[in-house]
Amino acid sequence: MQKKKLVAGLLVAWASMAAQADITVGVNVSATGPAASLGIPEKNTFVLMPKTIAGEKVNYIVLDDASDTTTAVKNARKFVAENKVDVIVGSTITPNSLAMIDVAAEGETPMISMAASARIVDPANPKVKWVFKTPQNDVQMSTAIVEHMTNAGVKTVAFIGFNDAYGEGWYQEFSKIAEARKLKIVANERYSRADTSVTGQVLKIMAAKPDAVLVAGSGTPAALPQKTLKERGWNGKYYQTHGVANMDFMRVCGKDCEGTFLPAGPVLVAAQLPEANPIKKVAMDYTTKYEAAHGKGATSTFGAHAWDAGILLQNAVPVALKKAKPGSKEFRAALRDALEGLKNVTVSHGIVNMSATDHLGFDQRARVMVQIENGAWKLLK
Amino acid sequence: MDLQIALLLGQDGITNGAIYALLALALVLVFAVTRVIFIPQGEFVAFGALTLASLQAGRLPGTLWLLLGAGLAVAVIDLTLAVKRGTGRRIPGIVGWNIVYPALLAAVLWLLQPAELPLLAQVLLALAVVVPLGPMVYRLAYQPLAEASVLVLLIVSVAVHLALVGLGLLFFGAEGSRTPAFSEGNLEIAGLTVNGQTLWVVIASLALIATLYQLFERTLYGKALRATAINRVGARLMGISTIMAGKLSFLLAAAIGAFSGILIAPITTIYYDTGFLIGLKGFVAAIIGGLASYPVAAAGAVLVGLLEAFSSFYASAFKEVIVFTLIIPVLLWRSLTTRHVEEEE
Repeated sequence: MQKKKLVAGLLVAWASMAAQADITVGVNVSATGPAASLGIPEKNTFVLMPKTIAGEKVNYIVLDDASDTTTAVKNARKFVAENKVDVIVGSTITPNSLAMIDVAAEGETPMISMAASARIVDPANPKVKWVFKTPQNDVQMSTAIVEHMTNAGVKTVAFIGFNDAYGEGWYQEFSKIAEARKLKIVANERYSRADTSVTGQVLKIMAAKPDAVLVAGSGTPAALPQKTLKERGWNGKYYQTHGVANMDFMRVCGKDCEGTFLPAGPVLVAAQLPEANPIKKVAMDYTTKYEAAHGKGATSTFGAHAWDAGILLQNAVPVALKKAKPGSKEFRAALRDALEGLKNVTVSHGIVNMSATDHLGFDQRARVMVQIENGAWKLLK
Repeated sequence: MDLQIALLLGQDGITNGAIYALLALALVLVFAVTRVIFIPQGEFVAFGALTLASLQAGRLPGTLWLLLGAGLAVAVIDLTLAVKRGTGRRIPGIVGWNIVYPALLAAVLWLLQPAELPLLAQVLLALAVVVPLGPMVYRLAYQPLAEASVLVLLIVSVAVHLALVGLGLLFFGAEGSRTPAFSEGNLEIAGLTVNGQTLWVVIASLALIATLYQLFERTLYGKALRATAINRVGARLMGISTIMAGKLSFLLAAAIGAFSGILIAPITTIYYDTGFLIGLKGFVAAIIGGLASYPVAAAGAVLVGLLEAFSSFYASAFKEVIVFTLIIPVLLWRSLTTRHVEEEE
């Protein structure tokens, strides 16, 4: 009995030593709960990622935070304390990512968020030293919309957004830029993603007689205001945000969404990008792999954010490996430095140039304007 | 605001109110008969709508597997009990309802192409899948605890709700669905365009309420339910099975829920978790009726619907706050006006 225990103990010790040499990535996604439509494609993407980087085996530990902030923090603590991960990837949504920053900074573990808000990598916060992110900032997307609106001669616009951080964040960014460009916001309405009717809001918008309407929602719930407006016969310009860039939105919105404009990451229209664009190759690579596993048209831009986190790691890990062995405090610090030093890395959503003050690293190339035409996304030149 | 807008908002409010009224009636019914605050009521709304949507998309709905699984679980428990107690005559009934019926339904769905059937047949099939889940849920979750306190039953309800929402995500995915309208086209009434589906909702709700009234007034089963609601012990002494009454009330609640879901699916996008909020608003209405009065609950539901429609026009960001705050003055008024009776059995 004693002997058995000893052997078992030795085996465990040996196994953990073997595991020490591997790179461990702690992935926290919101695969259930309200953000599930974003989290599920992200979760699916980690299965497609390479199992080795620079000859070292990579272990992905994937946990679900159920779109819940407390669970996200718990998962992050587990990664740091129990699994001793080299890097955390996650979470899917902004509130969870913000809450995880403290854990990452405390554990001196680099973290790559897949959520949109610029606040996650706000350089004013010293803890953000450890935090990076892959999705475009809302401000980049709102600039694209405002630019498109002013070019199309839109003078007045009505805003209707989610009654949560997403809608509120968009309103703040959008109203700031709109004001600067002399675009007048004539109505500002909110609805919640579980609402079954937005007739009240829509009537108010129509009474304000705007030239264009911007719907700031994500996924299929963003279809409701547009469908209701169409039903009431409103015929202005419709704008949506990049939160709707998946096929489910198209399925639910159907012909009511024809002609809608939205900004998006270039991966959405990868096949239509000009050959000269370096993003095309990377984006097509992801689309092909994802669609081979999950069926044609299954790619969403959200899964691509996860894929981009993978690309950042594939570029940063070899640099960090020169300095230290995975599983150590030194390696985590080296990986952080390597991530911050990434220059001209092409990902599926754009081209990344990190710096000490910019832990996102995207420029104008990270967004395109897209129009919905015959139930498909069409790149606007 | 002009008259036109007010009329449109009123129409919207009455449509939603009609659905809340149906759910409020189901909640009152279940509470009166079994003392269960039926939080999973909303899940039946989502299941009804999404099952119909899956049928129309040519997929086998995930709720079918739930029906097969729950049926099997019920059959195993009931058969074991039947053998132990030597009530062999119940065996054909148990097997028939819990194993043969789901299997037959599965075969029908498998063989027929539900996507090509007329809408009415699709609706009936969707109801045939979802409605039997009601009594099965009662058998599995509530019947063993039928004599427990209201609080324990409420906790069980929360658990059942969470389990069903999780299953809903598994079956239908995170994204929502819509179904085509029962009939295309709108109606002009006094210069006001009324959406065709809106009429369907209001008329179907009224018809259902009338049917329920007839059921309670005219049929023996309805009277048995009423008797159980008024006095469980007394009803039992008169030979009314409380188990039967519980199952029947859950059957009705599931039918009302699933049918409401099918009614609103063409108006709005339904998600696996949409039902909860709709059910909660039905609950506000049921509270207005003191979880006891059907007509007051129905009137409360219309009030909730109208309040929701008008607050979404005036202060869309606070709509939910306004609707749910309504419960506070109602509770105050109820606790001041009604004499509280300590109910211990």
